[in-house]
Amino acid sequence: MGDVAAYISGHAGLFLQRTIEHLQISALALAVALLVGLPLALWLGHAGRGGFLAVNSSNIGRALPTLALLALLLPVFGLTDRTTIVALAALAVPPIVTNAYTGIRGVDRDVVEAARGMGMRGAQVLARVELPLAAPIVIAGVRTSAVQVVATATLGAVIAGGGLGRFIVDGFAIGDTPQIVAGAIAVAVLSILTEVGLGAVERLVTPTGTTLAQRGPRARRTAAEPAPGARAPI
Amino acid sequence: MGDEPYIDWAWLGRHLDGSDGVWVRLANHLRLTVIAVGVGLVVSFLLALLVRRWRWALSPVVWTTGILYTIPSLALFALLVPITGFTVLTGEIGLVSYTLLILTRNILAGLEGVPADVREAATGMGYSRSQLLLRVDLPLALPVIVAGLRVATVTTIGLVTVTSLIGLSNLGQFILQGIRQIFNTPLVVGAVLSIALAVLADLGLLGLQRVVAPWSRRAAGNG
Repeated sequence: MGDVAAYISGHAGLFLQRTIEHLQISALALAVALLVGLPLALWLGHAGRGGFLAVNSSNIGRALPTLALLALLLPVFGLTDRTTIVALAALAVPPIVTNAYTGIRGVDRDVVEAARGMGMRGAQVLARVELPLAAPIVIAGVRTSAVQVVATATLGAVIAGGGLGRFIVDGFAIGDTPQIVAGAIAVAVLSILTEVGLGAVERLVTPTGTTLAQRGPRARRTAAEPAPGARAPI
Repeated sequence: MGDEPYIDWAWLGRHLDGSDGVWVRLANHLRLTVIAVGVGLVVSFLLALLVRRWRWALSPVVWTTGILYTIPSLALFALLVPITGFTVLTGEIGLVSYTLLILTRNILAGLEGVPADVREAATGMGYSRSQLLLRVDLPLALPVIVAGLRVATVTTIGLVTVTSLIGLSNLGQFILQGIRQIFNTPLVVGAVLSIALAVLADLGLLGLQRVVAPWSRRAAGNG
């Protein structure tokens, strides 16, 4: 372990740079996934359409190995971080869609009827009633995707991309054990921090007065346990 | 890469046989998956029984399996390499680790879903603890356990491709070969075959469940 500590302290600047790259790739991918997935799922949930697809997209997504997806996108986007970002975004969409759809559909119909009775329009019902009540489940899906994206961004290094995976892939290439282990620890710590940090955000956005029963079984997960639609972080 | 066709059939024909051909790598992919899910199932089952016997074990088990699940696979393999080397053992330890959370959770959920009055009736009929487990609990929990098994198997088939990075022979080697040589055909062969294997394994397990536990048809698909 002394070698590993020496490697990290000797390459502190590089670690910082790789961490920033890793977070940039992850943030961009998650942003794309949110822009695509969230409006779609909220609308489907609000309108009560496309339930089969929304609920099962996670299962379909799981059958797609990340490395395979990176490989299939490689001829289109080339050996760049763009390939990684598109692949990560594609893998992040299903948990977001499944949770947001389930969350919106899970809002008590009586509450929605009452809101309509008070004269709210469709968009108002969605923004002021359904979304706040579904927020914990929607956020749980975003968290699942975010953790998955941060973990999977490691594989970007395989297609010559940046991020913390570089230490592992380069270390393998030249047989440098301290570099491999240092990279692995950095990636593992970043993933666990993302998981724990977003868990705290999830608890913050849960409206006071929303009981566990209203939030449904998905919200009752322990911190380290992934949502039902989760894939293994590759 | 631009105008190159996605697949060169002549290349594929030349790379079916041999120690680094399609058949051998496909078989190795399947073997790595079966061993990982098999060992994972046994370990998860023991963990689930542990939790049922000692309730306080639930949190440590959920946390440990959850943390293992959160560590990226490449990082986990990388952490194991200094200890167990670039071996199948390293790959299997990592792959088994990822099955534990899903399998333990589903086995527990399945066992917990067995109606209390059914268990009481069995106890009243003189079933011993082990008879109760084998003849009542497990058959009734089977649909939920198989649902977990399907998720774990599909996930493992995807993760096996990553073990090619620690030098193991499987379909992931075609993907790596394609990336290194900037050549579409092995990329597509590796990716398409691993996806097809995942889909077939999922359908196969579903079919198997319907054959061995026909009573589970209505409950299937949850988890």
